[in-house]
Amino acid sequence: MSAVMAMNPVAERRPLLKVNKLTKHYGDHIGCEDVSFTVYPGEVIGIVGESGSGKSTLLNVLSAQMPPTSGAVEYDLSAKGLRDIFTLSEPERRKLMRTDWGVVHQNPRDGLRMNVSAGGNVGERLMAIGARHYGELRREGLDWMAKVELDTSRIDDKPKTFSGGMQQRLQIARNLVTRPRLVFMDEPTGGLDVSVQARLLDLLRGLVRELGIAAIIVTHDLAVVRLLADRLMVMRRGHVVEAGLTDQVLDDPHHPYTQLLVSSVLQV
Amino acid sequence: MTTMISVSGLTKDFVLHTQGGTVIPVFADLSLEVAEGECVCLHGPSGSGKSTLLRSLYANYKPGSGHIRVAHRGEWVDLTQAEPWQVVEVRRHSVGYVSQFLRVIPRVPALEVVAEPAKLVGMPADEAEARARTLLTRLNIPERLWSIAPATFSGGEQQRVNIARGFVRDYPILLLDEPTASLDAANRQVVVDLILEAKARGVAIVGIFHDAEVREAVADRLFEVTAFQKSAA
Repeated sequence: MSAVMAMNPVAERRPLLKVNKLTKHYGDHIGCEDVSFTVYPGEVIGIVGESGSGKSTLLNVLSAQMPPTSGAVEYDLSAKGLRDIFTLSEPERRKLMRTDWGVVHQNPRDGLRMNVSAGGNVGERLMAIGARHYGELRREGLDWMAKVELDTSRIDDKPKTFSGGMQQRLQIARNLVTRPRLVFMDEPTGGLDVSVQARLLDLLRGLVRELGIAAIIVTHDLAVVRLLADRLMVMRRGHVVEAGLTDQVLDDPHHPYTQLLVSSVLQV
Repeated sequence: MTTMISVSGLTKDFVLHTQGGTVIPVFADLSLEVAEGECVCLHGPSGSGKSTLLRSLYANYKPGSGHIRVAHRGEWVDLTQAEPWQVVEVRRHSVGYVSQFLRVIPRVPALEVVAEPAKLVGMPADEAEARARTLLTRLNIPERLWSIAPATFSGGEQQRVNIARGFVRDYPILLLDEPTASLDAANRQVVVDLILEAKARGVAIVGIFHDAEVREAVADRLFEVTAFQKSAA
């Protein structure tokens, strides 16, 4: 419970992302249904639930990788205010995803270009928003490799020569280099050794706080959300069954499913 | 004297859905007021709901009904009604909590663990770290441990890091859950001194102190949680 909240000082309470009755059906099957919540700038939201609970579906729809069946996802486009992301033009949406948003995939191979150097991977998003100066891109590449604790002498190596933990850190650097306001993460520590996980979590915690980034993190690992998330949503069979402050939900769960989830974790 | 905490009509039951929906009533219609500079000791046998009440005052537990109003930047915030972000703000600025056990974060050194709450409210890093050093020194944590993550520390060392963390900021309200439980006499005295200094600054304190000596040294009055058990009503 003494884990510190990563929320930014609340100067303004203007929502960054507003989700309203979001539903995704796959034919007769429910992906997620009737999900509503709001994310404020700098806030980290955790989404937990077992496999098949709809958490990845929800993340994919939220991050515009998949259209919803019904409902709306509104995002604060600074000058234009809240806009439904599914009504944006394709160029507008692409620009948003390249600059203001980041997506960290569970499998780094889905988020990296494996045949492009580490430096090239970090520089790509910068180039997409117009950076062209080679020295500048190189400097940012080195800077971000150091930030995510990668050996900067490997800047010209391709990620396929990196370990899983190194690839994941490179993927994070690649996403954060444009200083996004919102990052979506799907099981960012899945498939990593425990010691590598700890390092990655600590790194994420520091970066998110330092840069004031809002994040939505999907995971089945309650320890991960305890460490990173201000607020928590528990999903089951496509529905959010309980939501609230992370420590409240984990320490005093009310819904039967949350109680089962919390009581099923082995104490170390 | 200014009231800092005002609890009224507070009721808390636990419903254990994993055990056939067993209902465990903890307390009902509980009221409590705490003024600035006052230290209230929650009293009663083990299992009487002291920790549940303390955790409710930190909005860590969600009571079934009633109100918990705390003074926050010149206004009342009802923690039973507050939005999550408001609770975060209240915890950051107004209500500190020292739990019995330190939740260790991998790789974060002890000095940083202690300085963090001060930095989060905008204290310059060097000032926050200076305060952290002063507290760690007072609590007899050897300097060679400051740069190490507390995961490998002894229970007593971890608890002292936790206490330092709770006192690094001048919270107007402090909640203490057995802050001296695994400490030796010398360190117990340091904690007593810290509590007395906080009281002198006007901090409102609610705590659980099993150690009779500590209790007598710091508590202005005892609050019997058992008086609000449902069976007693």
